[in-house]
Amino acid sequence: MAGVTVNPVNVAYLVTGILFILGLRYLSSPRTARLGNRLAAVGMLVALVAVLTQGIVQWWIVALGVVVGAAIGIYSGRVVKMTAMPQMVALFNGAGGGAAALVAAGELLKLMNANPGEPLPFDQTFTIMLTSIIGALSFAGSIIAFLKLQEVMTGRPITYPGQQVVNAVILLLVLVGAGFVIANTNILTWYWIALVAALSLGVLFVLPIGGADMPVVVSLLNSFTGLAAAATGFVLQNNVLIISGALVGASGTLLTLLMGKAMNRSITNVLFGAFGSVKPGTSASSSTSGQNVRSVSADDVAALVAYANAVIVVPGYGMAVAQAQHSVRELADQLEKRGVEVKYAIHPVAGRMPGHMNVLLAEANVPYPALYDMDDINPEFERTDVALIIGANDVTNPAARTDKNSPIYGMPILNVDKAANVIVLKRSMKPGFAGIDNPLYDDPKTAMLFGDAKKSIDAVVSAVKAV
Amino acid sequence: MSEALFTELTVFILAIFIGVEVISKVPTTLHTPLMSATNAIHGIVLVGAILVAGTFDAPFNAIVGVILVILASLNVFGGFTVTERMLEMFKPRPIVAKKDND
Repeated sequence: MAGVTVNPVNVAYLVTGILFILGLRYLSSPRTARLGNRLAAVGMLVALVAVLTQGIVQWWIVALGVVVGAAIGIYSGRVVKMTAMPQMVALFNGAGGGAAALVAAGELLKLMNANPGEPLPFDQTFTIMLTSIIGALSFAGSIIAFLKLQEVMTGRPITYPGQQVVNAVILLLVLVGAGFVIANTNILTWYWIALVAALSLGVLFVLPIGGADMPVVVSLLNSFTGLAAAATGFVLQNNVLIISGALVGASGTLLTLLMGKAMNRSITNVLFGAFGSVKPGTSASSSTSGQNVRSVSADDVAALVAYANAVIVVPGYGMAVAQAQHSVRELADQLEKRGVEVKYAIHPVAGRMPGHMNVLLAEANVPYPALYDMDDINPEFERTDVALIIGANDVTNPAARTDKNSPIYGMPILNVDKAANVIVLKRSMKPGFAGIDNPLYDDPKTAMLFGDAKKSIDAVVSAVKAV
Repeated sequence: MSEALFTELTVFILAIFIGVEVISKVPTTLHTPLMSATNAIHGIVLVGAILVAGTFDAPFNAIVGVILVILASLNVFGGFTVTERMLEMFKPRPIVAKKDND
């Protein structure tokens, strides 16, 4: 090894790996997070410059692809509404998974062209199948997740008899197809069978998952795309892909587990439980009586919050749907002017993806120190005058603590019922997404303000100004 | 399993450990930007896409190649752009506004 020669491209890839890790490290605080994002972007640039020295001849394909991809990516990144971030991430997950599967398919074809008639080595076929399957699964699954989040298709779980059996058969087909490819038998035929089966499986496994469980699904698909990228690294024997994919895979997996924990449900239960599907026989008949529900006006709410000492705002998906975050911030401004202390309680699964509410409130200029995690805010409800719940339901349901028969029993919730007064902003008395009764609404200290969240808050704001 | 594959597996496993260590320090308030940043990072598959679609022995027809590069670039450029935009919004408690209140 006299005069060790190191391929400069590999040095560049190492630099990229380090910059990605540092970039993620700097995401540990909102103060340094932008630096982190930029470090990661520089890392990406280094890797891209390096790969362009690797015998690229079809320049126009690369140039056209990058220019079009960059144009669409930058444009949509600039204009996407913060409420639509879950869809955006789902689309990116899908694109990443699809790209990984295509890279693997390309490598398979390359191998077959280079070794006509010869058996392909196990290392190659195995990693190619792994990449193709995970990539196809996350591509198809993410498209369905996107369609559900975008409300192109129903957010309710789609179930049919024998669903698990059908899925099991398709999974078997995926594995058999992969087995034949690895065994060098009719490679192309079995490759396409396995690929199509994996795509169908991706579709079928997201169909029965309900909208409220989307934080778990989006995180899981994020993890899958990471693993697909890492698997591509095995196929191409490229360390930077392996390292980056592993980082993303770890991130997605951690978030998935965190979301599962926040709902007190195992990941298998989320994926196969079809939570929130309308079960025959237990329909609306058993729903909250509605007899004891107290409805109030915006003026009543304004009087209550304006003279309070401490108010905690509990946002949920309803705030996102109504685009009410700016109005909420305005209300908080008015209250703070009057000396009322305003805090925000964020449940880990509020919204449709991890951190969804935080981004919306940040967009509305709410300073991030005012946002509190569940564990930090729960002890404070007891000394709070008003808990103001805006479009959140299941995460405030006290049945999770008390009612052993409730489907969400055991789920950690925000203890809003410990506050002196509870105000719930809601469209109507319809039960929440999961169709579970919320005894909070029958509580004598709870008052309901019905209507569109944004309009309701705006009305409260003008009433507070008049107080 | 070849020696090379084993080495790659070693790198993969160690990278997972680093990932878990680093990601677990990201506060919940930044979880959405974290996801879009990891979207951008798994756009690293663009390196693979360029190698597969742009080299001399590229197996795809040109259209598939371009689509592949577009998919991967979408993640890279879209991911970093939207993450930057989100992170700009996260502001500490404003000092000026505090004075207004008093």
